[in-house]
Amino acid sequence: MGARPVDRSRRHFLKVSAVAGGLMLVGFSLDGCAGDSASTATANGGFAPNAWIRIAPDDGVTIIVAHSEMGQGVMTALPMLVAEELEVDLDKVDVEFAPAQRAYDNPALGLQATGGSTSVRTSWLPLREAGATARAMLITAAARHWKVDADGLRARSGRVFNPATGDSLAYRDLAAAAARLPVPEKVRLKEPGDFRLIGTPYPRVDVPSKVDGSAVFGLDIHVPGLLIATVERGPGFGAAVRSFNADAAMQVAGVRHVVQITTGVAVVADSFWQAQQGRRALSIRWDQPNAGRDSAGIAARYRRLAQQQGAQVRDVGDAPHVLDTAAQVLDVSYQVPFLAHATMEPMNATAHVRADGCDVWVPTQNQGGSQDVAVAITGLPYARVRVHTTQLGGGFGRRSELDFVAEAVQLSQRVGAPVKVIWTREDDTRHDFYRPAMRHRLRAGLDASGRAVAWMHRVVGPSISARAMPAFVPAVLPHWVPRVIKRMASGTAGLVTEHRVDNAAVEGARDVPYAYPNIRVEYVMDEDAFVPVGFWRSVGHSHTAFAVESFVDELAHRAGEDPVAYRRHLLRGHPRRLGVLDLAARKAGWGASLAPRHYQGVAVHECFGSYVAEVAEVSVSGKGKLTVHRVVCAVDCGHVVNPDTIRAQVESAVVYGLSAAILPGSEITIEDGRAKQDNFDSYQVLRMDQMPRVDTWIVQSNAAPGGVGEIATPPIAPAVANAVFAATGKRVRSLPIRPEALTA
Amino acid sequence: MARFRLNGKTVSPAVSDDTPLLWTIREALGLTGTKFGCGIGECGACTVHLDGVAVRSCVTPTRVADGHEVTTIEGLAGPHRLHPLQQAWIDEQVPQCGYCQSGQLMSAAALLGRTPRPTDAQIDAAMAANLCRCGTYQRIRRAIHRAAAAMQREA
Repeated sequence: MGARPVDRSRRHFLKVSAVAGGLMLVGFSLDGCAGDSASTATANGGFAPNAWIRIAPDDGVTIIVAHSEMGQGVMTALPMLVAEELEVDLDKVDVEFAPAQRAYDNPALGLQATGGSTSVRTSWLPLREAGATARAMLITAAARHWKVDADGLRARSGRVFNPATGDSLAYRDLAAAAARLPVPEKVRLKEPGDFRLIGTPYPRVDVPSKVDGSAVFGLDIHVPGLLIATVERGPGFGAAVRSFNADAAMQVAGVRHVVQITTGVAVVADSFWQAQQGRRALSIRWDQPNAGRDSAGIAARYRRLAQQQGAQVRDVGDAPHVLDTAAQVLDVSYQVPFLAHATMEPMNATAHVRADGCDVWVPTQNQGGSQDVAVAITGLPYARVRVHTTQLGGGFGRRSELDFVAEAVQLSQRVGAPVKVIWTREDDTRHDFYRPAMRHRLRAGLDASGRAVAWMHRVVGPSISARAMPAFVPAVLPHWVPRVIKRMASGTAGLVTEHRVDNAAVEGARDVPYAYPNIRVEYVMDEDAFVPVGFWRSVGHSHTAFAVESFVDELAHRAGEDPVAYRRHLLRGHPRRLGVLDLAARKAGWGASLAPRHYQGVAVHECFGSYVAEVAEVSVSGKGKLTVHRVVCAVDCGHVVNPDTIRAQVESAVVYGLSAAILPGSEITIEDGRAKQDNFDSYQVLRMDQMPRVDTWIVQSNAAPGGVGEIATPPIAPAVANAVFAATGKRVRSLPIRPEALTA
Repeated sequence: MARFRLNGKTVSPAVSDDTPLLWTIREALGLTGTKFGCGIGECGACTVHLDGVAVRSCVTPTRVADGHEVTTIEGLAGPHRLHPLQQAWIDEQVPQCGYCQSGQLMSAAALLGRTPRPTDAQIDAAMAANLCRCGTYQRIRRAIHRAAAAMQREA
């Protein structure tokens, strides 16, 4: 890597300078102080003007991606931003993943991590500035070489041209000279009208390696002397090893070690199959603090909590009083279950801990946390812990967690060899950090004409932020947790502990946009949660949108109005929401005649800085069999970087949400303190024969880019549920939708 | 010890005969394009061809391959160019995370081997046992049609 590792005090400096001077300074500071004329040279005579670009005299231009590629296309979209301003052809540059370094911290998350649909949003200006700065320095270097004025020179396709003379010089030949120049403090970015790359459906750079088997995922890592580990974790949540006997396991051919680690008992062997045989031969006694607890008990507790007043997160007018005096009150509850992430690549990590350093190869959304974990476990300095990010076989939030990283580091340290820990599908399903089961109590006060005049929404369920915070972390969890969390959750900690509010629970409910004169939104935290919960594609929006957009639909029907017209009226003052609502309705032929027995439902939602409306077209058979035929999705995500990636992400997010909405087996239920489901035969995910046609329409916009990876998940469940109501007159208030709920 | 042909080369890996073919291919023979997804033959990520027929290598003991021809994603392309399905996968920009795609391609190749011009319904039926969590199904369908058309033009 051209960028040198930096120590802790330097990191602090970097962070401060980032605040003072903008993100560019972070990049420049990596190799020295800004303006230092020697700061941008690399050891091999190349040029590394910032953390994202390296130009070597021999192998040309490399663009470094600080985010994780998990299918959402950052490996292409982020280099597009750099290449646009740097003026290089993307097919002629190398793209490489960044090591864990504070220079690559995600400014939205406070650590180097990929999540919250932030990659393009937070990179839009800094990466373009990085490219433009390097371009300016290369042009200056050429101007000095030719002894001409830089203003007359142009850059294109990795070369600087002098139009007056017809001369040109390749970037690689200018690299050494450019590296000796001072870094300009200000650079001019291209006008959007001049973009050649941004806004085009550029083919993804990772696709060729994903059709011939050569892409390297975490599970594919091999290093000399590698041992394979598989871990027997507790039979229920919070279970701890009381005692174990490894005698039989050690008799299995190929088994080298049996080691107790934080999460359970690991069998370390020459191969996975041998490790699994050894694991089956283990005899372990467990302490099970949550034995006997189940989904029915959780649901009953939520029902009780829904009767209590919660922490207020929004208060407009006087909703409680208006409810008391309303002509009519609608009081209903919506429920959603725990959900597993079910990434296609099960959790895994490889670590090699030595006396002088540690390497971690991991498919992670959280490089910063991975480094923290390895440092905390090994006691090595940060500069000696290298995190190598592989391709991720799906992330969806699961790979922001660090449990599998800690396992690999602990095991390598204990056995003194490189170790890859491989989770089985059963491990992955049973030991997830699940999308929390939630209950939403919604009440509306209606006037004599049936129009809603008050909206009361009480969100009930566990807090993801609370789970991630030290005060709530069970003592059995390792000591590194507080440090990681301190960085991740510093902003939310006070809110959660003092005010019992968690944005991750109420986002999308708190900011309900409909112009009701009286609105109250509350959150009741389940303080007795024992099921581990985490960030699942679109997080709180994954359930709040279902509740809000379904209830609005109920109110439209109560008012005797068309669901699109009703929303339009109440969304005045929200032009971008209206824009996607109108576009989706138009493209779906809302109100026009459909195929016999086909019906439509609509939902509109804002999240991650973007706006999405979806119209689902469904049919329901007499036996309650639900078929989703088509989904029309309109997206306003601001300035478009790669339209094909946006379409792909919409298709992806629709399927992810649809899976959880319409498949009766797509839920995690709790039995005897543990997840009942364990593999794809019991935890259902959408298959090709259930895939609707998805049509995506993108609003042209010059607004700053919004998120894309998660935004199409929240509206799909309510759009389908609302279509089911149109088809059957049955209001779906619980997911997943069950056939028996649609008959009789 | 099982002895079989893997992508045209004879191999006799040093593994116990009950080791699933998936792990023999990945760990003993070092070809990691074939993926582990479920271990029970439910997701299709481990799909390889055994004498041209798509099988789930995670539930196929290595001894079953003895004396047969095994083809993995690494052996799908011709010597000088990609298989038409691989090219169609690129043209339609199918992969997202990409983890399931080796298995998808091997299932699709087996489908086209027996049904050169499949209908949507035939594609759905043949591919429903290959899971994709990124939701690339719509593009897979398009890519199979595209490859089928390309193969017919060449035939």
